[in-house]
Amino acid sequence: MNKTRQRDLGTPVSTASGTVRVEIDGLPATVKAGSTIMRAARESGVDIPKLCATDSLKPFGSCRMCVVEVEGRKGYPASCHTPVEDGMQIRTQTDALAKLRRNVMELYISDHPLDCLTCSANGDCELQDMAGAVGLRDVRYGFDGANHLDAPVDASNPYFQFDASKCIVCSRCVRACDEVQGTFALTIQGRGFESKVSAGIGEDFLDSECVSCGACVQACPTATLMEKSIVDHGMPDHKVITTCAYCGVGCSFQAEMKGDQVVRMTPWKDGEANHGHSCVKGRFAWGYASHRDRIMKPMIRDNTDDPWREVEWDEAIQYTAKRFLEIQEQYGRKSIGGITSSRTTNEEVYVVQKLVRAGFKNNNVDTCARVCHSPTGYGLKTTLGTSAGTQPFDSVMDTDVILLIGANPTAAHPVFASQMKRRLREGAKLIVVDPRKIGLVRSPHIEAEHHVTLSPGTNVPVINALAHTIVKEGLVDEQYVKERCDLESFEAWKDMILKPENSPEEVAKVAGVDAQTLIDAARLFGSANNGSIYYGLGVTEHSQGSTMVMGMANLAMATGNIGRSGVGVNPLRGQNNVQGACDMGSFPHELAGYRHISGEEVRTEFENHWGVTIDPEPGYRIPNMFDAACAGEYKGMYIQGEDLAQSDPNTHHVEAAFSSMECVVVQDLFLNETAKFAHVFLPGTSFLEKDGTFINAERRINRVRPVMPPQQGKDEWRITQEIAQAMGYNMNYSSAAEIMDEVAELTPTFRNVSFKFLDEVGSVQWPCNDDAPMGTPVMHIDQFVRGKGLFVETDYEPTEERTNRKFPLLLTTGRILSQYNVGAQTRRTENNTWYPEDILEVHPADAEMRGIQDGKLVSLASRKGDITLRAKITERVKPGVVYTTFHNPETGANVITTEYSDWATNCPEYKVTAVQIAPAEHRSAWQEAFAERAKKQGRIAETT
Amino acid sequence: MARTRVYVPRETAAVSMGADEVALEIARVNKASGSDVELIRNGSWGASWLEPLVEVEVNGVRIAYGNIAVDDVQGLFDAGFLSGGEHDKRLGPVNEIDYLISQDRWTFWRCGLINPLSIDDFIAHQGFKALEKSFADGAEAVLQAVADSGLRGRGGAGFPTGIKWRTVANAEADQKYITCNADEGDSGTFSDRILMESDPFGLIESMAIAGFAVGATKGYIYLRSEYPLAHKVLLRAITAARESGWLGENIQGSGFDFDIDLHLGAGSYVCGEETAMLESLEGKKGIVRYKPPLPALEGLFGKPTIVNNVVSLASVPNIINLGAERYAGMGVNRSKGTLAFQLAGNVKRGGLVEKSFGVTLRELIEEYGGGTASGRPVKAVQVGGPLGAYIPEEELDVALDYEAFIEIGAMIGHGGIVVFDDTANMAQLARFAMEFCAIESCGKCTPCRIGSTRGMETIDKIINGQEREENYDLLVELCDTMEGASLCAMGGMTPYPVRSVLKYFAEDFAPSAGAQR
Repeated sequence: MNKTRQRDLGTPVSTASGTVRVEIDGLPATVKAGSTIMRAARESGVDIPKLCATDSLKPFGSCRMCVVEVEGRKGYPASCHTPVEDGMQIRTQTDALAKLRRNVMELYISDHPLDCLTCSANGDCELQDMAGAVGLRDVRYGFDGANHLDAPVDASNPYFQFDASKCIVCSRCVRACDEVQGTFALTIQGRGFESKVSAGIGEDFLDSECVSCGACVQACPTATLMEKSIVDHGMPDHKVITTCAYCGVGCSFQAEMKGDQVVRMTPWKDGEANHGHSCVKGRFAWGYASHRDRIMKPMIRDNTDDPWREVEWDEAIQYTAKRFLEIQEQYGRKSIGGITSSRTTNEEVYVVQKLVRAGFKNNNVDTCARVCHSPTGYGLKTTLGTSAGTQPFDSVMDTDVILLIGANPTAAHPVFASQMKRRLREGAKLIVVDPRKIGLVRSPHIEAEHHVTLSPGTNVPVINALAHTIVKEGLVDEQYVKERCDLESFEAWKDMILKPENSPEEVAKVAGVDAQTLIDAARLFGSANNGSIYYGLGVTEHSQGSTMVMGMANLAMATGNIGRSGVGVNPLRGQNNVQGACDMGSFPHELAGYRHISGEEVRTEFENHWGVTIDPEPGYRIPNMFDAACAGEYKGMYIQGEDLAQSDPNTHHVEAAFSSMECVVVQDLFLNETAKFAHVFLPGTSFLEKDGTFINAERRINRVRPVMPPQQGKDEWRITQEIAQAMGYNMNYSSAAEIMDEVAELTPTFRNVSFKFLDEVGSVQWPCNDDAPMGTPVMHIDQFVRGKGLFVETDYEPTEERTNRKFPLLLTTGRILSQYNVGAQTRRTENNTWYPEDILEVHPADAEMRGIQDGKLVSLASRKGDITLRAKITERVKPGVVYTTFHNPETGANVITTEYSDWATNCPEYKVTAVQIAPAEHRSAWQEAFAERAKKQGRIAETT
Repeated sequence: MARTRVYVPRETAAVSMGADEVALEIARVNKASGSDVELIRNGSWGASWLEPLVEVEVNGVRIAYGNIAVDDVQGLFDAGFLSGGEHDKRLGPVNEIDYLISQDRWTFWRCGLINPLSIDDFIAHQGFKALEKSFADGAEAVLQAVADSGLRGRGGAGFPTGIKWRTVANAEADQKYITCNADEGDSGTFSDRILMESDPFGLIESMAIAGFAVGATKGYIYLRSEYPLAHKVLLRAITAARESGWLGENIQGSGFDFDIDLHLGAGSYVCGEETAMLESLEGKKGIVRYKPPLPALEGLFGKPTIVNNVVSLASVPNIINLGAERYAGMGVNRSKGTLAFQLAGNVKRGGLVEKSFGVTLRELIEEYGGGTASGRPVKAVQVGGPLGAYIPEEELDVALDYEAFIEIGAMIGHGGIVVFDDTANMAQLARFAMEFCAIESCGKCTPCRIGSTRGMETIDKIINGQEREENYDLLVELCDTMEGASLCAMGGMTPYPVRSVLKYFAEDFAPSAGAQR
């Protein structure tokens, strides 16, 4: 058996309680009640043969290899679907069973190619293993009979192939697509001997509904569904458990290796966030790590119009330190700063903010969470007391009603979306609040009870209207509020919420929705036993982002929906370590653990440890940095793993800011958009080379383990450390583990965390300290972290960004499944097969009025700028709303967006921009300039 | 003078033999001759060999004329058949025809007698009496009566109906279902069809009783698509029952709600297997589920569900009306009551014969069937559909009794009896068993999916004399594998006919056997 294969107990764990006593092959065993015989036996160390069973799927009973004998029963029950009973005497090996199994295997092999030696699954094939286990020596039927040996190979998917000639029709792929992924893209076509796996109705995999999550490939026991990387390279020889570096779900993977080459990434079954599931990004799109675009040598240049010059590490670091020191000397201590990244490890983040606070001696550090979930931190801290979501992902399995606001989980958090869909198929109800008809509104076996198709920018009135109905109709959990919340604030909130402008009827006019839908949705949520709120950037990226987060927390508290499994306020974090980056003290006003920089006691603790004096004044936020740069006061910047030039709003302003800086240092895998304005490029490491931790959306601290040495020669934390040293601050870690040890020492919520502990227990959710030695899955159980839950009044202040005759439409932005954020990674993989360019979704009515045709170019103009992209005419958006993604730099979606931002946190208002669209024939002026600059500023000098 | 009632069956067998044309001709001649005929399309009495069986009611007695063709009609009028006149094809009063009066009509007693589409006619013949009695006596009394009657599932498995009903009644759920399995796919069977076409309200009443007994408010009839006439009849009957308050909310003021939907199959034999039928009813592909969980506890849409055959259900009203003891008093051993045997194949007098258990195959084939149609000796009889064993002539004295049949490696199944004369090549019939399985297997489990095709191929090799002994042994092992390891009875019982041929007719596998003829 292949060394990387994960243990398979055959059928899912029993959910029943208690145990029963059975006898398996004469030996007594105490097993979980409700288990199948197969699971009970495997847990007792007896491996009954099997093919169609796998513990990620419900029993099916088709292969009949797992038959057993049970004392007192006639026939040969299949162990995968026969439950254990107390006193049952089971025999798993008898002459009769051996014969049955061998004869069934003989039938299988009579319709299977005998090419084991040259088969891609050689050494990792359950059919091969079972043929060996049952001692098949001969196929007496011969091979002249009917067979499927000539069935064609479908290689349409870029990452895996489907070789129908090797299919044993166990349906594991079909069931995985249904039960695990919830897409229902596969089926068994035909019946009897003609049964065959089919994607859709006779389509190939690429053209079908398949989302390429890999669940079918993972489930396949043979070479039928096989990763092309394995077909090309052969089987892995060892594995390393690590954490995916894409979204905030934080899936655990095993990197399957051949020497230091990754040949496959497979989801790890023991991963608490993903339970063995994956999506097209984590499972397959890791090739960017070795893409030819990746920069492997440090580079410097004095002028951004010069070509890059490759240098040794030492020169690059000394150059950086020298330039920063010179700038500080000339323009003052606060004229430089740094940006941490949600894409890097906690340890890497921590040293960057430490470099800024201790080395730059100011607090000009910020992080990309600024532009995504900063309102979450602010809003949840204010109301509940902690800047984080309240639940583990598994909590969704206990929920009855899900209120999903401004999030598109099937695209942006696909693995969690699959879990959510499983719960919805079990009967939980769904309310979607989104201007767009996202996948969860209606998909196979899923239909939202209510879809509130609000206009972009009207989240706050909508949440107020829901609360209005709940208060008015007596659906408030009075006892919960009385026991757990601040009553004075509750009364004030109640008065505010009952104001006429917050009634569903009034809000309906503002938000462009139906009042009855608001009332029905409120009643459904208000009457749920367990109501949970899940949300994404559709909540935060507004000028009222923080208000909305607090509005949701108010609603959850008022309905008693915080503090147990199945409820809560749950931010779906965009990036792999956005939670961790915030936890590590990346914000200009907070030290690790969300403690304000002005706090004397906290500062002293850090000062003593770091041996420096820390500035008690908060530093610049990202937008302040840009403003200061344009004002000539901010001249140098150390940017780790974030592409501000592409991802931040109002590109013209950002570009102007960068152009005015004297030393921009970019540390990244690729020459990204920001690097075009940079003077120093420090090559970074991919997640496959990192040693550290990521923290996902459920506060889970997962280990990231290196599967290969840093390909550019240096760990990223070492780069930062060496810059600090070169600037005169003695940062001196000898390992990433030491960095986490320091975090734990200085941060109460991380007190018990260490690499060693994580390696022992797998993962923990913070707070993890002496009060919660194994971490804290559900927060605020008996009381809120802040003591009494605080209701905050959420009056609606509309954004300044308004539509008018010139800009009559609202643009909102989002993501697509196959691409990730600015696309730096996914655009360098085969994921481009699905979504090669950003497109603009336009409602047919808006298109018709303007003569816009499907698939043709349109210009998209706002008060800030204009770009050109292709239109897709679709009813997914409502009339008056257009939608696009920001995955491709050449599109320049942020040329359009404005500098309006959240009142509390400056999180940009990406989700609301007034625009006009018109048919176009060529690229916009900015796009032309972009192409020009790409040619000029991305040049690397020929090495001499 | 009152109009003369003439009955022409509207039942598939009769229609296929020209009953519709005969009815039209009677109407034509009636008009032309100035007679005053009230033409009634009744169901069938089940004597298919006499179809079209035309009856004339004369002074309250229904005089039968058998095998009437269009060409006979004018002659019948000329012979004064409207007053029971003598004619070559006159059979005398229908209730004196031996084939019919010697039967034990319990379930099928209204078939042929009434106009299937007339709810009044149905009510005039005890219709809905049992349902009203059930309302009066209560659900517990119904459950007890069904249990006491000893009724067993007539679809083929013979599971005690009372236990099934009790299990569903005891299950706690917000919704329960009654499903009627009318996917009558066994070769040589037609009893469900005759009942649905001849007494549809009887089935509706039966399902309502079942619903009342177990607490189900919704029923489904899963009807095979090959029964278009039954489909039309049932749809009209369901509509009529709804319109007259015998289906729907608060049936006849009883406080009990029950309604029925009709679902057409899509031509898959295996959808007659109860779990595959449930999958199909749920809108999914008809593949078999493993058990447990039993459908009685987790059936349609995961809810407690009764899955009963048409005949099982239709046997219940008389158990309520006439008493469980009477039903239990018929039959032998653990096989109580009656079964609607269906004589088909090479038999002179094919048709439906409802008899108490205990009757022998020989009695059925010789006394009712009148021997083979060809007049040649009987060679084998297949009982219980395509998965039933071939019983040789020398075993025909075995009494029809579930347990007695199991002892000889056979099964009664749904009561289909297909007769073969001595020209039958039994090796080809063994092959057909495998072929049938290969065509109809749902494809879920391996022994059935691949085994049936390999079985066909292996039998071909034996017949062709390729490594005969090895392949003979392999076939026997394959039968063991399919029987021991298949998920459902489809693959599990396909070996029955094959084994019976190996046991009784091994000589037909000789290479020369095919050449002889």
